This record gives sequence, structure tokens and C-alpha cells, in this order.
Amino acid sequence: MKAVRLTGQFIVIVALFAGVAALSDWPTWGQIPKGTGVVMLTFVHGADRKGECRRLTPEEIAKLPPNMRRVKDCPRGRRAIYVELDVDGRGVYQASLQPTGIAGDGPSRVYQRFVLPAGKHDLAVRLRDTARADGFDHQRRDSVELAPDQMLVIDYRPESGSFVFR
Amino acid sequence: MNVIRKVLRAGFELIERPFDRLFSPSLNPLAQLGALGFFFFWIVAVSGIYLFIFFDTGIDRAYQSVEYISRDQWFHAGVMRSFHRYASDLMVVMVAVHLLREFSLDHYRGVRWFSWFTGLPIIWLLYVSGITGYWLVWDKLAQFVALVSSELLDWLPIFGEPIARNFIATGTLTSRFFSLMVFMHVAVPLFLLFIMWVHILRISRPKVNPPRTLALMSLAALLAVSIWRPALSQGPADLAKVPNNVGLDWFYLPLYPLTELWGNGAVWAFLGAFSLMIALMPWLPPLRRARAAVIDLDHCNGCARCAEDCPYEAIRLVPRTDKLPFPTQAEVNPTLCVSCGICVGSCPSSTPFRRTDELKTGIDLPEYSLRELRERVMDTAAGLSGPGRVLVLACEHGAAAGRLGDTVVMPCVAMAPPSLIDFILSRDLADGVVVAGCAESACYNRLGVQWTEQRFAAERDPYLRARVPRERIAMVWASALAASRAETEIAEFAERVAAMPPKRLRSPLPVSSPTRQPKALETERGAT
Ligand code: HEM
Ligand code: SF4
Ligand code: SF4
Repeated sequence: MKAVRLTGQFIVIVALFAGVAALSDWPTWGQIPKGTGVVMLTFVHGADRKGECRRLTPEEIAKLPPNMRRVKDCPRGRRAIYVELDVDGRGVYQASLQPTGIAGDGPSRVYQRFVLPAGKHDLAVRLRDTARADGFDHQRRDSVELAPDQMLVIDYRPESGSFVFR
Repeated sequence: MNVIRKVLRAGFELIERPFDRLFSPSLNPLAQLGALGFFFFWIVAVSGIYLFIFFDTGIDRAYQSVEYISRDQWFHAGVMRSFHRYASDLMVVMVAVHLLREFSLDHYRGVRWFSWFTGLPIIWLLYVSGITGYWLVWDKLAQFVALVSSELLDWLPIFGEPIARNFIATGTLTSRFFSLMVFMHVAVPLFLLFIMWVHILRISRPKVNPPRTLALMSLAALLAVSIWRPALSQGPADLAKVPNNVGLDWFYLPLYPLTELWGNGAVWAFLGAFSLMIALMPWLPPLRRARAAVIDLDHCNGCARCAEDCPYEAIRLVPRTDKLPFPTQAEVNPTLCVSCGICVGSCPSSTPFRRTDELKTGIDLPEYSLRELRERVMDTAAGLSGPGRVLVLACEHGAAAGRLGDTVVMPCVAMAPPSLIDFILSRDLADGVVVAGCAESACYNRLGVQWTEQRFAAERDPYLRARVPRERIAMVWASALAASRAETEIAEFAERVAAMPPKRLRSPLPVSSPTRQPKALETERGAT
């Protein structure tokens, strides 16, 4: 009788534990539909400062507290950058990205994902990071072959001023 | 809140009672959830240390080292990996059920706010532990976890550069972040253990070890499950690919799909709202609390029984402040006292045989004194008639709390000193006494049922005296939702009592306040 009871208890425990174990890696979760891939537009880039530095006059310097005296006054804030992405000739993303940081002196950042069907795509990315009103400072246009589940990254290299697709 | 709690309690009853029957109340896993939590923690800790021997903490070789554990060394390290994962998952299950159950028992308000409140950091730390653990394998799932976690963190305006960029093919992946995860996966569980310790600080005699049978069965079950379904990796991480169709651990990662379905902001809002709700619940609304127990020094000899029996660590013994010749006296901390009255039942000065004007005891409830308890007993007994007069002493949280007529209700049946039963039967106030408390594995005051049983069995001071006819006492342990079962048991008992020959009444001896019996106390200590 005791053995029967113990067996019953054990069966209940094993069943509970088995249920827990099963849910530890099942069911699966699909981030993106079958037969699609992702184009990820992401980079971190700071545009120029908003204005030119200005030399302070001797009177202005004298007015500043002694520990804060300086010769030049430079605006710290950066300009926003403007980014566009076209996929197969269709504009999928246009954004003016504000600088980060409380004083607006940090770089702008973009992190945007686009799910596309696998296959050949024509990608065009454009960036404006100066004071000009139209036109672009940097751009790249390329055709890529997107494999299912591929994660293709569009990155920007401020050092070389060029876009990287990989 | 009340309605939700009642519904939940009814739900728990449906599972708890069959479990009581299958496992016996003392083995019922549902009454051992906290203890099981500690037990699983130790399993996770030991198996984690074992895995660390084989684990390579560099991001390039971590995956290979885990594969080696699960494939080449499956029969020991692989089994340990499964233990590590499944015991962690069981901790989540345990925490969830424990939280709901304590809530359903109304164990989250009043002085219990402390345990409830400290449960919140436990949840967060448990999840951080689990999530960083999945990171370390650096398989497809780890990549998914890394990506989604960092996107979630990037939503908060803390980091200058999106940390998610570390986990896509930008060429910026460094082992810096990975090393941080390895560190966190060791440090956070240690901190978790510390908070688990804080969590039970204000609980006297917390159950931190499950009964041995239950522990052994759990270990055996873990072994069986580990062999049936070993924990495995899901292919190496590949940053050039989307970690698509990964098998998720639905205990640790249920919110991860939601970051995509709802968005990161909504997930943070959910986490914030959940945490806020848990944190505020003890005061929404607060529990109305009767005034705390008070000591009457003239009747306290510092025997410490009340301090031993209080389930809430509310009583301490302090050096004597009056001139009585005892070294110590009891002191109640009113912020911890729930006025359960268990201490009244444990005090050797609580003897209803005294004359009314003398009926004082060492420790008493201001809003429900021992004297009032005796008066209610005598009034109620006066209304009993017929053969088989049965008086019911009921806990206000148990099945008999709502009975009318022949019932005296009190905050916990352990408030009734055993001498009260003796008093009722020897003074012929009734032919039988029913002590009706909560369900055995779900005592509202945690220890009331246990103390009552031990006092009646003469295993715990104060004893129910040997002269009290045991066949005239019945204990009914049934929750408020099992009122009809309690009713049947009480009726059956009344029939049995009615059939008994009349009591041979011995004139009660004048009871002097029993002094401490060192020998009895020895055995009591040995038994607990
Ligand atoms: C690792 C996780 C946890 C462990 C190991 C744990 C362990 C324990 C233990 C051993 C007890 C004492 C039980 C007894 O002896 O009757 C307890 C009580 C309690 N726990 Fe937890 N607990 C955990 C998480 C939580 C969480 C998340 C909550 C809720 C937010 C919670 C709420 C409570 C409450 C309210 C009590 C007091 C019960 C009472 O006073 O009767 N616990 N816990
Ligand atoms: S009434 Fe209950 S909580 Fe208060 S001191 Fe007595 S045993 Fe402890
Ligand atoms: S049980 Fe009574 S006599 Fe003993 S320490 Fe507590 S109050 Fe004093």
C-alpha cells in the first residue's frame, strides 16, 4: 500500500517536472516569417557642431567668473542628421535624427529593422550631416541578394565617410 | 482584490485537497513551496559550480565547451546541465505558485508585508539570473536573448551607443559584454540568495528544507527527466543571421516575444506596472489589525514558551525590569504581532480554572482576552442541550468560523490553552469538544495546527493533561471552503459522544500555575 502511494506521488512529480522540461525549449518562436530576411539600418554618427566657434572679446572674458574664462565660445549642440533608405526604388525610411545627450552634443543614432522577402533587392541609403538644405553628403546604392534568415547590416563608417553593407 | 483572492483560494482548494490525500498534508508540495524554492536553489548552485569546471568563459569557445559538456560528457556534466536548467525553471514555477498561494491565503498584508515586499526583488534577481544564464551558451537562443535584451535596454535612455549593435554583424562584437554576463551570472544568484535569506528573516521557523522523502523524489524525478530530455544547445550563434525559430524557455523568456508584438516600451510599462502593483499590494487595502498582544509582568515568569510558539518572531525575552525573581521576561514587538493569540495558548499562566477576578495571564490580547474567551465558552455552553452536547472551538479562518450556536470563534485555535479543554470537560460544560481549524497544510497562522496537535499529544508545552478523555475531543482541519465536510465530521462526532456513557466527573483539582518542567522541555526541543 505504501509502495503504491509512493509510486503515485513519484508519478505526479515526474509528470510535473516533465511538463516543465518540455516548456523549457518548446514551442519555438519565429521572429520573422519563413522565407524572409532582415535589413538592419544601424549606425552611430555625430553631425558637425551647430555653429562656428567665436573668439570672445577681452571685455566678455573679463565678465566671466575667473575659473570659467576661455578665449573661444563654441556652441556644443550638434545638428540633426537626415537619413533615407530606399528598397527597390521605394522610400521605406526617412528620418531626421536628433543628437543624443542632454546638451544635444552626443551623436545621432539609428537602429531600424526591415523585414524583406528573400531574394534580390536594390538598396539605396543617403545621409546628410552638414548644414546644406538639400542633396546628400554620403550615399550608397547597391543591389544585394538576401538569403532567408539573413541579417544584412547597413552600417556607416564616420572615419571613411562611407556606408558598409554586410 | 477580495473577489480575486476568493476565486484563487477556491482554485487552490481544488488542487491542494487531492494533493493532501495523495501526499499527506505534511508532504504536500503545495505546502512546501518556499522550502522547495530553497531546495531547487541549492541544486542550481551545485550543478552550476560543476558546469563551471568545464565551461570556457571566452566568447569564441563558450559554445564548444558547452557542446563538450552535453555530448562528450553527457553522462555527468550533461546531466548536470539538465539539472541546472530544469531546477531553475522549477524555481520560476515555484515562485509563481508560491506568490499566488500566499496571496490567496491573504498572507501579504499586515505584518506579512515584509515577506511579500522582499519577494519582488527576488523575482527580478531570479529573472536576471536565468536570462544571463541563457546568454552564456552562445548558441542561437543566446543570440536571440542577447539581441532582444539589449534592444530592450536600449529603449531606456541610459546608453550612449545602442548596445544591441554588439550583437549584429557590425564588427563591434567584443568579449567585454560577454565577460560581464559571466560575472553577472555568478554575482546575481549570490545576491538572490542573500535576499532569499532576508525574505524569511521575520518568519519564525521558516520551512527551508523540504521533507526528505519529497527531496529524494524530486531528485529522482529530475534525474529521470534529464535523461529523457537532456537540455541541449540550439546551434552556434551566427551574427550574420536572424536567430529565427528558436525554442524559448517559456518560464524565463515569456516577455521576449512580446517585445516584438507590443514593442519595448509596452514591455517596460508592463514590468513597471507589475512591480508597482506587487510593491503596493500590502496596503491596497491594508489589513485591519487588532491591537498587539500585551504582557502582564505579574503573571510572566519568563518561561519563553510564548516566544517559541509565536509564528511571527514578535516576542523576545529581555532582562527582567521588575523585582520578580526571574532572570527574563517576555516583550512583544507590536509591529510584528498579528494578534493571533497563539502565545495566549502557550502561556502556562493561562488557566481558566482561576476565579474570574483572577483570570489574568502572562500574555493576552487586549481586544480578545482570555477572560472573554472563557466567558464566551461558558455562555455558549449554557445554550447546549440534549445528549451529546458538543462545543466547537473554531478558528476564524477555518471551516467552522461561520457556525452559529454552539461555536466559539477565535483568531486561531492555538489561542485556546489546552487547560481550556480540560476546563470544559471537567466542569461538565459540554460532553465533547471539537477543535476546528484551517486545513492542515494551509494554516492561516502557519503553525497553529501544528502546535495544537503537539500540545494535545503531550509533545509540546503546555500539555493537555493526561486526565482529559481524548475520545471526547475531535480535531477538524478544514478550510473555509470545506464547510460541509467539517459539518459532517462535527455531526458524526456529536453522535459518537451521545452514545458514550456519562462522564465520570472528578472534581477538578485546584490548578496552581504549572511551573516549567525542564524534562518536558527537553523532549519538546528534541522533537522540533
Ligand atoms: C526564490 C524565491 C522564493 C523563495 C525561496 C521563498 C521562500 C519562502 C519561504 C521558505 C517562506 C516561509 C514559508 C513557511 O515556512 O511557511 C516564505 C514565505 C513567504 N513568501 Fe516567499 N519565497 C520566494 C519568493 C517569494 C515571492 C516572489 C513572493 C511574493 C511576492 C513571496 C511571498 C512570501 C510571503 C508573503 C511569505 C510569508 C508567508 C507567511 O508569513 O505565512 N515569496 N517564502
Ligand atoms: S498574538 Fe500571535 S503574533 Fe502576536 S505575539 Fe502572540 S503569537 Fe505572536
Ligand atoms: S509564556 Fe507567559 S510566562 Fe512564559 S514568557 Fe511568555 S508571557 Fe511569560
